[in-house]
Amino acid sequence: MNKKQKKMLYRILVSAALLVLANVLPLPVWAKTILFAAAYFTVGWDILHKAAMGIKNGRVFDENFLMAVATLGAIALAVADGNGDFNEAVAVMLFYQIGELFQSIAVGKSRRSIAALMDIRPDYANIESNGRLEQVDPDEVAVGSVIVVQPGERVPIDGVVLEGTSSLNTAALTGESAPRDVAPGDEVISGCINLNGVLRIKTEKEFGESTVSKILELVENSSSNKSRSENFISKFARVYTPAVCCSALALALLPPLVRLVMGMPADFGTWAYRALTFLVISCPCALVISIPLSFFAGIGGASREGILIKGSNYLETLSQVKTVVFDKTGTITKGVFEVSGVHHSARSEEEVIEYAAHAECASSHPISQSLRRHYGREPDRSRVQDIEEISGHGVTATVDGVKVAAGNDKLMQKLGVAYIPCHSAGTVIHVALDGDYAGHILISDLEKEDIVDALKALREVGVTRTVMLTGDAESAARQVAERVGIDEYHSELLPGDKVEKVEALLKELSDGKGKLAFVGDGINDAPVLSRADIGIAMGALGSDAAIEAADVVLMDDDPMKIARAIKISRKCLRIVYENISFALLVKFACLLLGALGLAGMWAAIFADVGVMVLAVLNAMRALKA
Amino acid sequence: MKKSYKIEVDCANCANLMEQAAKKTPGVKDATVSFMALKMTVDFEDGADPKAVMQDVLKACRKVEPDCEINF
Repeated sequence: MNKKQKKMLYRILVSAALLVLANVLPLPVWAKTILFAAAYFTVGWDILHKAAMGIKNGRVFDENFLMAVATLGAIALAVADGNGDFNEAVAVMLFYQIGELFQSIAVGKSRRSIAALMDIRPDYANIESNGRLEQVDPDEVAVGSVIVVQPGERVPIDGVVLEGTSSLNTAALTGESAPRDVAPGDEVISGCINLNGVLRIKTEKEFGESTVSKILELVENSSSNKSRSENFISKFARVYTPAVCCSALALALLPPLVRLVMGMPADFGTWAYRALTFLVISCPCALVISIPLSFFAGIGGASREGILIKGSNYLETLSQVKTVVFDKTGTITKGVFEVSGVHHSARSEEEVIEYAAHAECASSHPISQSLRRHYGREPDRSRVQDIEEISGHGVTATVDGVKVAAGNDKLMQKLGVAYIPCHSAGTVIHVALDGDYAGHILISDLEKEDIVDALKALREVGVTRTVMLTGDAESAARQVAERVGIDEYHSELLPGDKVEKVEALLKELSDGKGKLAFVGDGINDAPVLSRADIGIAMGALGSDAAIEAADVVLMDDDPMKIARAIKISRKCLRIVYENISFALLVKFACLLLGALGLAGMWAAIFADVGVMVLAVLNAMRALKA
Repeated sequence: MKKSYKIEVDCANCANLMEQAAKKTPGVKDATVSFMALKMTVDFEDGADPKAVMQDVLKACRKVEPDCEINF
């Protein structure tokens, strides 16, 4: 409990004590009235104040106003009766404040638990100066500095290990509990916790550009994207409260008037009381509080599992996903390509690889990375000139004065080089040197071990169609699709074609057949990620473009997480709908009973606080994904 | 220019009200309030003085939620 909540608790206790005294002590009516008044103002002065401020600032109808009118009305009725019994007004105010206090504690608790989950902000970085470690603000560390991370500390900034080996705990980032081993030369991302060895790390980014900052920014801004349900609630509250106030007024005036006209006693007191009860019940707290809380808990629960959702609107869309489109590389396959052979070459294998690796030295595409890996050395960039990357075709460059072209069939056709097609499954890089064909390099990608299970899990959560998009040749694509059990595939696509394909698929879904999610590894597919109903980037650690373009970011590349994310979103939305329908049902039932005089103000406040407590507790379930 | 400020507010709906109030304040291009992180991110209009604008933002927020806090 914070200071404010403690103060509230004392006020509630004092007021309750005064209320008991007023009822128990044998005092004259005027003394009791003073005690009641003291109890009422102790617990309710801020509500009255807020209601008055609301009226002054032109925001008349809110819950403070409802409570103020209802309790003041009850007091007026008690005065009119002349029996000096103000129990009702004080009790209603008291229960209302107890409910508010409870909700504030529950919300504070859940916020802290979510904040603790996301507490990955490093407080300092260790810089070595004169043989001693100095703690500095991570913001002040320049790119290229050497920082030291001791066991138990958090890596503050992205970088490369210079010295030391250790295991890193990435759980806060990925939800993956198995530690990752790092050795000199490995890249480390900020936010991981160093478990055993001392690491000296050369920073490669500023703190503000590091993974940990990006993630924090993303999570902290997630609630600014509001879902339709939330917008519905805020619109609803705007219409609802005035409507209720008018109904209450009608309830207070119309029946007595009708009775007068019909020649019966008007009975203004009874109807005014019913109208006030109506006001107490109508307080929309349960809805207004529990809906944002559910989304907030759902997003928090997901981020604990390494699934970052950028806003509650995306959580909502995610729950309606029926079609999942995969970009093959990095999602279905590992995206780790290995050179499996060099065919039809008159030159030596090493020579072909050397030329190709140099031509591709500027590309970050997984294919070129595997070429470089197979080459075994860092390509010497000074030997390379005029690099031109032709998207979806390949690369041309001049290496040691030789014009090298490395790419797929289309590149060879474009350059007019006679090439020999490959019959093995995998990606083929044809190499032409000075316009002469020099054979092709076969590179194959391995499927992820759990992709079959992941696709099964997707079906279990209600995804009816899975589609694979790839730039690979037809035969390779078919083999992969059949092996992993994906419904459809589209092969030989250029990056631009992928957008068109996704747009075509979106058109098929336009008439309410669910939403389309696109899953990519964040390399080269930013346009598609932003075009789909919902873009999911996986293994996105370190890829800023993907984090930027995607709506959902999976911190590691485990394909099971896609189904998990959909499941979490479904659960969260179910809770939201449960709360909306439950709260509205109870409210309307009570409103009806109140209007008919079957439920008094006591019942009303219990219904209000009770529904709110249950709705808040229900909302918290979303946190435990 | 974007800046973020730590805020104190008790309920999610009050946070929404604060966001709306901040958005309408002159000198503010856009504002978002994260109830989860208890943070308000304000995008100021060019040439606006953040300190002065934030005074107005706080005043506007106090109108909708009298016991809110913004640390700036």
